[in-house]
Amino acid sequence: MEAIEKIKEVAAQAVAGAQIEIVNSTPAAQQPAILVDREHVYAVAKFFKEDPRFQMDFCSCVTGVDYLAKGDKPGFIEVVYHLYSVAQKQGPIVLKVRAPRELDECHVPSLTPLWRGCEFQEREAYDLYGVKFDGHPDLRRILMWDEFTDHPMRKDYEPPADYEWEPTPHDDTLQRAVQEGGIMPPTAREELEKAKKK
Amino acid sequence: MIQPLTEDKRVTLTPGSEGLIETQTLEVSIGPQHPSTHGVFRMDCVLDGETVVALKPVMGYLHRNHEQLAERMAWLGSMPYTDRLDYFNSMTNNWAYALAVEKLAGIKVPEHAEYVRVIMSELTRILNHSCVIGFMLQDLGAWGTPLLYAFREREKILDLFEAVSGSRMMCNYMRFGGVRVDMTEKDLAVAREIVARFPRFLDEFEKLLTTNEVLLARTQRIGILPKELAVNASISGPMARASGVEYDIRKIDNYGVYGRFDFRVPIGDVGDVYDRYYIRVLEMRESIRILQQALRDIPSGPHVAPEVKLRNFKIPPGDGYGRVEAPKGELGFYLVSDEGGKQPYRYHVRPPSFINLTTLEDMCLGHKVADVVIILGSIDIVLGEVDR
Repeated sequence: MEAIEKIKEVAAQAVAGAQIEIVNSTPAAQQPAILVDREHVYAVAKFFKEDPRFQMDFCSCVTGVDYLAKGDKPGFIEVVYHLYSVAQKQGPIVLKVRAPRELDECHVPSLTPLWRGCEFQEREAYDLYGVKFDGHPDLRRILMWDEFTDHPMRKDYEPPADYEWEPTPHDDTLQRAVQEGGIMPPTAREELEKAKKK
Repeated sequence: MIQPLTEDKRVTLTPGSEGLIETQTLEVSIGPQHPSTHGVFRMDCVLDGETVVALKPVMGYLHRNHEQLAERMAWLGSMPYTDRLDYFNSMTNNWAYALAVEKLAGIKVPEHAEYVRVIMSELTRILNHSCVIGFMLQDLGAWGTPLLYAFREREKILDLFEAVSGSRMMCNYMRFGGVRVDMTEKDLAVAREIVARFPRFLDEFEKLLTTNEVLLARTQRIGILPKELAVNASISGPMARASGVEYDIRKIDNYGVYGRFDFRVPIGDVGDVYDRYYIRVLEMRESIRILQQALRDIPSGPHVAPEVKLRNFKIPPGDGYGRVEAPKGELGFYLVSDEGGKQPYRYHVRPPSFINLTTLEDMCLGHKVADVVIILGSIDIVLGEVDR
């Protein structure tokens, strides 16, 4: 594999207008990444896949990372792709793309049309981080249940006190259930009756 | 998406029979409590008669947000949790995580420890592959017998794991820069005996299975995965190699001391269920070769790098990705460290069996529902890893 500066240069030549930066890994890991803007990430990824010098035909790992706002720097969600080449046995090229943290603006283009292997992994990133992948053929929750409303891997996520129904509600949960008049399992009704009698 | 059954999905059977018999497709949900799904895994199938016309995997029943747990504790704290990912192969899980952290922190592992890691991982691979074949035969309807043959051998290896690490399955054995406790001479002797006796078991196992007519009839030309799709869908491990993808991370990355051993990477040509069975048999034979060389050449020395601190272990800010060839495929850890460096800011597992499920539908379409069970069995999934 060529040096990261060379890769950046080649990609910038191939995809006109792409804003590409180099992001360093830990000093020891030696895996610098290429950060591309959202508009051009699909074209850059396609270039890496099809160019005979790289032939990145294997998209190994896809994940999201949540960075909170620090001082006056706004927070962002970063999607990281690790690309390898099976044909030429080289890699990785680490491809990163950033999107704002606000849920309605958190969109990046999906790379599933290029690599089928992204299908489930992008669904997972959507489920846990709320990144919407434009162009994904089947973007649904994959690990959490469909009725779940939040994205639990975000750093500012706070779990609700009773997001799952307790089999035998007691104390605060029981009180709240009574006040809200929600559905109750029969055991809970018995408990409630007992509590009232006391 | 599977269409809800309320929609009119009537189709006619054969041309010419229009109006005689009206049929419709049937939606069947296999799992999550079905024994053939190897855990709490569900498949939403649409069947036309017995033929699968659509299939969507549904997972998440065992989801416990492993990644978030790890982001809330020190680096070493999540090592025991990695055992619970693929609970058949805790040794390779440990190694994958240790390798990623060593990569980020720049830790060099002593040679003796590398050999111990290789021995433990290859024993794990043998254990996993023999059990997977047993489970696959179970899915075919050979109740118990092949699986118990495999479990008999597995027990010998688990006894060794228990003697060395203190636990049969949840080994929690590797540490950053080495392993937790060293293998004694006695342990090495036990390992040598296991390695010496295993080929005999494998010969017997193969004699019963490899040319068995029922096995051939049920597995050949079933669930074919083309090579191009396997690469494009990020399929890794024995499943990719059965489809003819020549890719073994032990050879590509040469992590640990794998560069020193002489072993071959078996490749399939059809990519059907039978190839996935036979690749695993051949891989066990290669693992035996690696083990023989490792047990012969193991040098003496420290079992853990002395400069690695257990307490107050820190990693400079940045990220990195480390991966190993686990028995099920490429197991990778993507880790991010931030300013404090005491715990992972981001901890992501790249689980092989989760990603290998991507092509389940492609392999099952057009086959009978009974074949879906063996196709799933041949992927070799563990739900602890799929759902994390």
